[in-house]
This record gives sequence, structure tokens and C-alpha cells, in this order.
Amino acid sequence: MMKLDPKIPPGPLETKWDRRRFSEKLVSPNNKRKITVIVVGTGLAGASAASTLGQLGYQVECFCFQDSPRRAHSIAAQGGINAAKNYQDDGDSVGRLFYDTIKGGDFRSREANVYRLAQVSMQIIDQCVALGVPFAREYGGQLANRSFGGVQVSRTFYCRGQTGQQLLLGAYSALCWQVERGQVTMRPRTEMLDLVMVDGQVRGIVARDLVTGRVSIHTAHVVVLATGGYSNVYYLSTNASGSNVTATYRAWKQGAAFANPCFTQIHPTAIPPGDTHQAKLTLMSESLRNDGRLWVPTMRADHRCPGDIPAGERDYFLERRYPRFGNLAPRDIASRAVKSVCDEGRGVGPGGQGVYLDFADVIGRQGLDVVRERYGNLFDMYQRITGEDAYDAPMRIYPAPHYTMGGLWVDYNLMSTIPGLFVIGEANFADHGANRLGASSLMQGLADGYFILPYTIGHYLATAKLTPVGEDHQDSRAAIQRVTSRISRLLNSKGGRTAASFHREVGQLLWNHCGMSRNEEELKSALTSIAALQEEFWRSVMVPGSGEAFNQELEYAGRVADYLEFAELLCHDALHREESCGAHFREEYQTDDGEPQRDDNRFAHVAAWEYREGASPILHKEPLAFEFVPPTTRSYQ
Amino acid sequence: MKFTLNIWRQKGPDEGGRFVTYEARDVSSGMSFLEMLDSVNQGLIAKGEEPVAFEQDCREGICGSCSLVINGIPHGPDRGITTCQLYMRRFPDGAVIIIEPWRARAFPIIKDLVVDRRALDRIMQAGGYISAHTGGAVDGNVLLISKDQAETAMDAASCIGCGACVAACKNASPALFVGAKVSHLALLPQGKPERTRRVKAMLEAVDREGFGSCSNQNECEAVCPKRISVRFIATLNREYLRAGVVESGLPAEPESPHAEST
Repeated sequence: MMKLDPKIPPGPLETKWDRRRFSEKLVSPNNKRKITVIVVGTGLAGASAASTLGQLGYQVECFCFQDSPRRAHSIAAQGGINAAKNYQDDGDSVGRLFYDTIKGGDFRSREANVYRLAQVSMQIIDQCVALGVPFAREYGGQLANRSFGGVQVSRTFYCRGQTGQQLLLGAYSALCWQVERGQVTMRPRTEMLDLVMVDGQVRGIVARDLVTGRVSIHTAHVVVLATGGYSNVYYLSTNASGSNVTATYRAWKQGAAFANPCFTQIHPTAIPPGDTHQAKLTLMSESLRNDGRLWVPTMRADHRCPGDIPAGERDYFLERRYPRFGNLAPRDIASRAVKSVCDEGRGVGPGGQGVYLDFADVIGRQGLDVVRERYGNLFDMYQRITGEDAYDAPMRIYPAPHYTMGGLWVDYNLMSTIPGLFVIGEANFADHGANRLGASSLMQGLADGYFILPYTIGHYLATAKLTPVGEDHQDSRAAIQRVTSRISRLLNSKGGRTAASFHREVGQLLWNHCGMSRNEEELKSALTSIAALQEEFWRSVMVPGSGEAFNQELEYAGRVADYLEFAELLCHDALHREESCGAHFREEYQTDDGEPQRDDNRFAHVAAWEYREGASPILHKEPLAFEFVPPTTRSYQ
Repeated sequence: MKFTLNIWRQKGPDEGGRFVTYEARDVSSGMSFLEMLDSVNQGLIAKGEEPVAFEQDCREGICGSCSLVINGIPHGPDRGITTCQLYMRRFPDGAVIIIEPWRARAFPIIKDLVVDRRALDRIMQAGGYISAHTGGAVDGNVLLISKDQAETAMDAASCIGCGACVAACKNASPALFVGAKVSHLALLPQGKPERTRRVKAMLEAVDREGFGSCSNQNECEAVCPKRISVRFIATLNREYLRAGVVESGLPAEPESPHAEST
């Protein structure tokens, strides 16, 4: 029977983390040398964790499926990273960042975790500066800030439109240092495919060398998953094509609880989908909403050029519905507002799937040069993809799956329900509740990797009983057997359909039935369709080539098989949560003017799902107590 | 639209490769170059044939995975973009397109259009970092950095490590890649303490990996998807010279507030 113990330290919020750090046991420097830590994933969370653990003296073995750790998808984050530095003296504080994040997450995150995140946010900026991250500066040489959605202070630090790239390269360079020192062994082009479980503890992973195809066991004292989110289950998303759910999903099958999978963030400002061959959706940074205004024509099916539509016939719908936050309303709210004007038939562009993001006002007010300096790279990107010039005519944008707040359940120490399996960054569920605010994912990834995990992992290692486990251990052999038999099953199913066609189909199904709005009937029908699709997949998928070689289609088919199963879990969770909160909007639970209706009596809990072979997953609940911020109706009006 | 593709196919590092011709049909002008290749591959897979292996990930020009030489030019005919940002509207209908991998001794071919670029990581591991322990960093505003200096550091730091500079160079020199990192870190006060050791260690790694030397032809800048300037190669040379002076015991920059003690 699975037990959820969040292990939150008692006492005042402000001192919980300090007290936990003091009460934790430490591993002595001599013993650290004898301990092996596996880190899977090299994004912000994985790279910062692996480098810090290496510095501390642990032997780290670090895995990524990309050809280099520097290519992890954190690299693509554009806008910025939050920190409660209050350099602008505009009323910011740890308390306010904490409050904004709790409220932004629609009261579905843990207070203690979020407070700790706000506390360490300041150290992150200092650490990144020390590593040579070239943050934007003011003329006087001080760090510059910008604003982001859902908040009323300016606390976002940035490197042009490439903040994720610079933060990741900072963490990557720290990782390079540890590789050079011999503390970290880097294994690029190696994909984790299963966990080695011994006596209920995780003691290693099964990984496939993507160049030679060799499947092997890597044992360790602890395993850290930093494998990112699962937005690609929707097929079209803003994620890189390689981002996938396989590592976390297979950990789930070995006993790690999966929490709140239905909390999937749909980002309001992506370039609208084009033709059927499209492989991904491209995000336009949220920072554009600082100056761009969203609007649609007041009339339905108005096909005039945007420039020909007079001011009186435009509906600046975010400013109208949410006057206090206007175009900077949080992502979930902005996305739904876009969807609802498009559903009314007022969308623009092909298929009516789009709204205008208009910069004419700011260009008129501050001049073209200012806008070019601020957003030039984003306007260039827009032009390359659409062939249109956004300095002349407004951009067209539409929501796209982007980030997943759900993930493997972890306690306050970032350990999953499997002893010894830690989960950090987007791969865990802890900090963003039902909706993440902009510029907070980079903050969380680095907080977990640089400042939280390196403390909490020591306590586990100092207290757990860990007997030596080798490659020949019977549990190692069982794990390798699970992986190789699945690979041969994929290679032996010689049908005529490509893995991509299944991926596209399940993605479309989820987008339609479990996307920006959901209801009971559609979720139930999705569950039936997904089951049929799974059968069809194993009957008729075509994977050419062999398993003992570089075979990209085999890698991909394995990930698609996991999406097909994971989609089911996502729908189960969405079906159970009979309320609307954050990114999860159930049509049955809304107010008369279409705002979401939360149900704190029945659903102020984390839904943590336990795997059962051949049966529906079992739901466990971790109640959420709000001692410091009483839940209120989340209003941005 | 339709195109004739001559694509380099090679089973593995030790096997010979050759061009194979494929027809890409029903291509729309709004498709990206990689989506066009996806559709060719979908056709091959459905027939049970092995698809053309190529690298890609973010498909928005920042991860540095994609790496195709298109009609003889790394990342294709347009300046300042990666292969994934190239769209088919750029090519005339019916065109013949030649697609090859990065070619350099230090980048062995893994399969078809996929090469092994770990040599670039090993150059970074030799010294492309600041040894700053986690924790204990001073407040980010303690050391002021002028806006110009921060912007120039950012210009250099925007390198995505794709290796196009090496692929374009007749000597297969990574001078632009190394110059960008050395300049980025040397420009910032945090990077100064290690600048002497860094430039020497990184250039030694370049030689070890079998890359060639820079002969100032600037082809790297022409193909760089991030338009990184060859000025940073000049900075690299200057830093290298400076390291020699420092090691000889002479003061490198007596007037500079950041001069190292030797």
C-alpha cells in the first residue's frame, strides 16, 4: 500500500528550510567518494544537480539522449527567470513571490515548497552571475529586470530572448568543470529505459546506448530523474521533438506515484498551426505581452485586413475582461480567453484559429527602434516561419501545449515514493500547482538542482541501508529483460503504420478531449479511443532496422508507445478532478460568466496515482493545507 | 511543390557512403526543410525501409542539433539561421537539392547525416568554464558590468555549438567556437581569474582533437546561425598572446584593474 508522507517540517514557514537543513544528516567527505549518483537528464535541473553533486565529492554518472548535455530543452526558454531580489524597489519580497506563485498555481501547490523556492530564488541569480551568465544590465552596470504575466512587480532577470540558453550554458559549463575533474562521467546519446529495483529501493537504471544499440545496467546508490515534462503527448507542442515521458512513465510503472498529470499548461502565445506536416509549434515569448495587445474583430467571420478594422470594431478581450492585469493575465486565463473568442467565430487567420497580438501602439509611442531592440529576434523568428512582417501587421497567435505542472510525486526532500529515486525540475510536480507563472520554470529547475537536492540527497544516503548491487543481481537481470523484450516486440511488429501517425492521432485526440477545456463525456470517450489505439499500435506499427545499431525510429516508437499509455493516465486524472482550477478547466464547473469554479472542499489535494498492471490506476490523495495564504477566488479582473 | 534530393547515406563510421536520390512530392512552401525530410522518411518507413538519419530537436534554432550541409553550405543558403529554420519557400519548385553531413576529421560520421560532435564538448571541458562553487556567490550587483560589455559578452555567448563553423572551414578549424567562449568569459570580471589557463587549455584541446588551424578566411562567420563575429577570433588570438606574456612573467596589462598577479 502506497503511503504519501510529504515530510514537511513543522513550525513557521520562514524557518522550515533552515531547520530541515540543520536537522538533516550529512555524509562525510571520505564517504562521498564511495557513493555513486545517477542523474538522468541535463537540462537546468539535471546539469545543475550533477555539477553540484560532483563538487561535493560524489561520483556522478550523468545521462542524456542528446549528443551533448548542452542541447537539453531548457535551452529554448526565452523570457527570463524570476527572483525576489527587489532591485527595482517596487514592493517585491520573498513573501510576495511566494504569494504570487501560490495564487498563480490556483491553490494547488504546497506552501512549504513554494516558500522555499522563493527563498532560494535570490541565490540562483548570484550563482548564475558567478558562472558568467551575461544577464541584461542597466547603463550603470546593475542587473536589469522586466515584467511577466500574473504579477505586478518587475522581478524577471533575462538575457535577451535567450535566457534559458544562457542559464543552461552556465550549468553546462559547471558540468564541464566536473567532467574535467573526474567527478562526473558524462554519457550522452544514452537513453534511460527502466529502473533497477532491489528490495523496494531504486539501485540503478537500464539504459540503451543510442549509437551501438547496446542495452546495459548502470548501478548506483541513488537515482535522480531530471527528464522534463510530457507536453509532447499532445504531438504538437512547443517542446523539442526529443522531449518525452518515457523516463518518468517507466518509473511510474515501477512504483513511483504520478501526481496531477492533468495539470498541463497551454501557453497563449504560439504561432498558430499550419499544415498537417507540421512537426512542432513555435512559442512567442510571454514577454511580448508587456507591449503587445491581444484583440479580435467584434464581428464574427470578419475577413478584413487588420489595418482596415477601425478601433471601435476591435475587441481587446483581455483588457476588457481583466482590466487590472490586462494583457498580462496569467497563461491559463489568457489561453482560455483566446479559445473562447475563437469558439465564438471571431478568430482570425486560417480556420479561425488565431488572435492578433498587436504592437502598433507601442511602435507609435516609443518608436520602431525600441521595439526592434526589445523583441527583434522574436519578430525575425515570426517572419521566418510565417513569411509575414509583424512590424507592419499584427502577429497572429494561438495557444499551444507548453509545460506540465504534473509530474512524479515528491516529498519536501524531492524524493518520490520509491526510496532513493529523486525527481527534480519539470519532471516533478511540486511547486506550480495547477498553473505555472512565466519565468518560474527556470527558477524551479535551478533551485532544485543547485540548492535543494544537494542537501536532501545527503540525508537519504546517510540514513539508508544500501547493500552492494551488481549487474548480475537477479533484479538487474529482470530489469534488462523487461527492456529487451519490449524492444524486440517493437521490431517484430511489422505492420504498415509509422509511429508518427499514432503519435499524431493520440495527440489530436487529447487536444480535442483533454486540452484547454474538458468534460466528463469527452474524457470517457477519449479513454475508449485510446485503448483501441494502443491495440492498433502493437498490431500495426512499423519499425525498420535493427536494435543493435543507431536507430532513431526505434527510439521514437518506444516513446510513442509510452505516450499511448500515459494519455490514459492523463484522462483518468482529468476525469477525477471534478472542479476547474488553473490550467484544468472542466466545463461542468464554471460560473455564469465562464470563469473557473474551484472546489476546495473536495479537491484541495494532490492526486497521486499508483500503477497497477492491467487495471485502472489507484488514486491516493495528499491533502493540501493552507496555513499561511487562505485560498481565495483567484481573480485578475 | 516537388524536389529531387541527393542525400548522403552511410551505414556507419567505418563504412563507405554514397549519394542516393529521393523524390520529395507534395511539398508545401510553408513546410520547413526538416518537415520536408520528415515526409520523405515517413514514406520510407511505411515501405519498411530505413529512414534517413539526421539530427534535430528544438526546431527553433537554439539547441544546435540540426546539422546539414545543403547545396554545399552548412545550414543552407540563408544567413543567420539553422537548418530547422529554413523553409521550402526558399527553393524554386522542381529544384535539385544536395544534402550532406558536416564533414571534418574531428566529427566522425555515425550514420547518414549524423556526426559525432563530442570533440566540441571536450574542448569545453578543457577550460570553457568558471570554477565557481555552488553557494557562497556574492550578490549579483556587487561587480558592476557596463551595458556595452554585457551586450558584447552576450553576443559571444549566444553560440549554439552546432559546429557549422568547422563544417564551413577548409581547415576544419573551430576558431569561432573557441573564440566565442574565450571572449565571453574574458569580457566578464568573473571570468578574469582563469583567463590565462583557459585559453591555453582550450587551444591545446583543439589540437588534440584533430581540428585544423584558422587561416582567417571568415567562412565561419558567413555560415554561423547566430552571426557570431570573427572579431572574437581576434580576441582569441589576443588572449593567447596575452597568456604567453603572462606566463613569461611580464605584466600583461599594468593599467588594468583586473590584471592578474603572476
